[in-house]
Amino acid sequence: MMADLTAAPLTTADIHAQYGEMTRRKRLYGGILLILFVALMAAGFRTADNRSAGSFRDGITHVFDYPAEVLKEAGEKLALLPGHLVDFFPALIETLNIAAASTLVGLVFGTLLSLLSTRGMAPWPRLIPLFRRIMDICRAIPEIVIALVLIFLLGGGPVPAMIAIAIHTAGALGKLFSEVNENASLKPVEGLESAGASWGQRMWLGVIPQVGPNYVSYALLRFEINIRASAILGFVGAGGIGYELKNAMSWGQGRYDEAAAIFLLLFITITLVDQISGLLRDRLIHGAKA
Amino acid sequence: MTIIEATVSPVLLKQDMDHLFLKKKLFNFALPALLLVYLAYVFVAFDMAGLWQRVSWQNAQTLVSDSYSYKTHVTRNNRDASVSVAIEGERKGRYPTGQSPEWVMLGETTVIDLEGGHLVRFGPDDIEYDIPGYGLVRATPQGSKGVQVTLPAGEVPDWISVSKNRLAIKTEAGRLTVTRNRSEVFRYFVGWELFFFTLDSPYHGLGLGELLGRAATGEAGAILHDFWTNKMWRHQDVAWAIAETLLMAFLGTIGAGIVALPLAFLAARNFNPLGPARFVMRRIFDFVRGVDSLIWTVVLARAFGPGPLTGALAILVTDTGTFGKIFSEALENVDEKQIEGVASTGAKPAQRYRFGVIPQITPVLLSQLLYFLESNTRSATIIGAITGGGIGLLLTQAIITQKDWEEVAYYIVLIILMVMLMDWLSGWLRRRLIKGEGGRAKRKSRAAGKAFLLP
Repeated sequence: MMADLTAAPLTTADIHAQYGEMTRRKRLYGGILLILFVALMAAGFRTADNRSAGSFRDGITHVFDYPAEVLKEAGEKLALLPGHLVDFFPALIETLNIAAASTLVGLVFGTLLSLLSTRGMAPWPRLIPLFRRIMDICRAIPEIVIALVLIFLLGGGPVPAMIAIAIHTAGALGKLFSEVNENASLKPVEGLESAGASWGQRMWLGVIPQVGPNYVSYALLRFEINIRASAILGFVGAGGIGYELKNAMSWGQGRYDEAAAIFLLLFITITLVDQISGLLRDRLIHGAKA
Repeated sequence: MTIIEATVSPVLLKQDMDHLFLKKKLFNFALPALLLVYLAYVFVAFDMAGLWQRVSWQNAQTLVSDSYSYKTHVTRNNRDASVSVAIEGERKGRYPTGQSPEWVMLGETTVIDLEGGHLVRFGPDDIEYDIPGYGLVRATPQGSKGVQVTLPAGEVPDWISVSKNRLAIKTEAGRLTVTRNRSEVFRYFVGWELFFFTLDSPYHGLGLGELLGRAATGEAGAILHDFWTNKMWRHQDVAWAIAETLLMAFLGTIGAGIVALPLAFLAARNFNPLGPARFVMRRIFDFVRGVDSLIWTVVLARAFGPGPLTGALAILVTDTGTFGKIFSEALENVDEKQIEGVASTGAKPAQRYRFGVIPQITPVLLSQLLYFLESNTRSATIIGAITGGGIGLLLTQAIITQKDWEEVAYYIVLIILMVMLMDWLSGWLRRRLIKGEGGRAKRKSRAAGKAFLLP
């Protein structure tokens, strides 16, 4: 090393030239990438524009037409709004129930899947890749796919949505949980094993207390997401507030006040749950740190 | 430790401990009990008990069997005794007049070989079904007088149903239905019918070797064209639908990133000294996020109509809120020292941002963008199903017809593959672009995991 350095002494001018060269090259690459990226975005936008029924240029001038109509009608029938809010409250509760039940079911199955696919905890280490793939597939299926198929089998209602969201939740939480598991200490598990504990006991007493707060924090985050998902699934016929929204919408003018009430309910719920779960998660993490 | 032992008496310690244990015991009992009560409530509210009766086993059977098998219809018009063969009974799958698969021998008497000794004959006047182990069933459609059926002696088994106007036989080899106007045989096959070429293509029924040979002699274009424009499976439309879905996710996610970045500067404490402006910006982010993507989709669909544009914009608007929140938090965590260092070299404000701030937030920015790109592929499928665009639309259309379950299965497989591919791609890019980020994140979460260790 020393010999190399002394053999080729670099003057300041050399260094400056080299640095300049490198900077230029970096800028060139960056520029090319940027141009490519912008071209890709522009081409993508043009394609999307061409393949849509309405064009962007026409549509953008009408973006606020619909909200304005809804607000106008809701404003005219402002007196009816509290009544509508009460009327649609049961539907909202159903949506929340779908989200909560599917989060709980997903939590249970996600925990199982994650324990089965973590090295050092899995009872059958050979099957770890299998359980990982199952998790990947559960996570990859959009809720709507399972929901639509189940609606065909079970008829409309909350259960298809619940199962669909639970499957996705199990996959998504399973992946997050197995990352948490990898950071958990295996010493309690070994200790329990030496005392003759079964697999269930080892997991329940050795692992879950370590990872519990993290699990709950992730599950809360998932609950927020699942409320949105269950509202969307309602729109395709799975009950709850989304279904009511679709009915009010397809009716069109004359029931915009109902649509406005549903928008309002959904907005308030999502914002509220976001705030509460944010606070709870904060407390879970900081509480454990203290 | 020693100090505590010196100041606290053992009695007090014991009391404290008992108290803690009681609290823990109660908590450990109450939480599962509460959960159970809630689940019981949901069980009743969702009418799970009644679910069992509502399950349509008929539908389940059709769905499962149709998703991996198909049937070929051989139909005789009983008025003029003409016979036609069509896959799934669809016009797109009909054999040209005078042509038939090997197991159907057209002629004065059409003989249909259902294999395993099951033979159906469409004669000039009557229809015969030779069932091994049972005997010969003969049916004669007699116009307005209905269908005259002759069965072997003995009791009529439950897989044969006979009435004045109709005969239906269901065996493991296939199905025969005879009415006054029509006689129809279904034969079931495993697989997806006509997946590569429809019957009107010259390449239908050729083996892979022969196809490759023909492709080598200059027919590659024609072969691809016939595959691409397959009327049964519409490969072209499906490919476009997937491209549209990916386009929605791409445009929406990247667009949201581009819109959210400057706005995030406005919402970050250390870059915007104006408190009210910050407050307004943050409430805007909260509002946009709180108005769910469902509502944005519904509102935007009114303005832009069905198609990928609506989906892309709905994703863009929703994620602008999310990104704005995440980016502004990242900006508030930026290390001031680096900016000071850049400033000390005499850099102008723009340069200070470019070299002091952007390099610090790029990893957060990129990893969030890539993470959302994957999750938005899934959202784009769902939004497509609502507004009508992309693979989501094809899926809903196929499900609504309630008979093309093989297409539904095909789309589901494609969707899963698409999402898994995006998942893999986003993970790969994250690792490539943000070198060492994986290692650091792991170490950090390990530290956090330690903190969670309960006493």
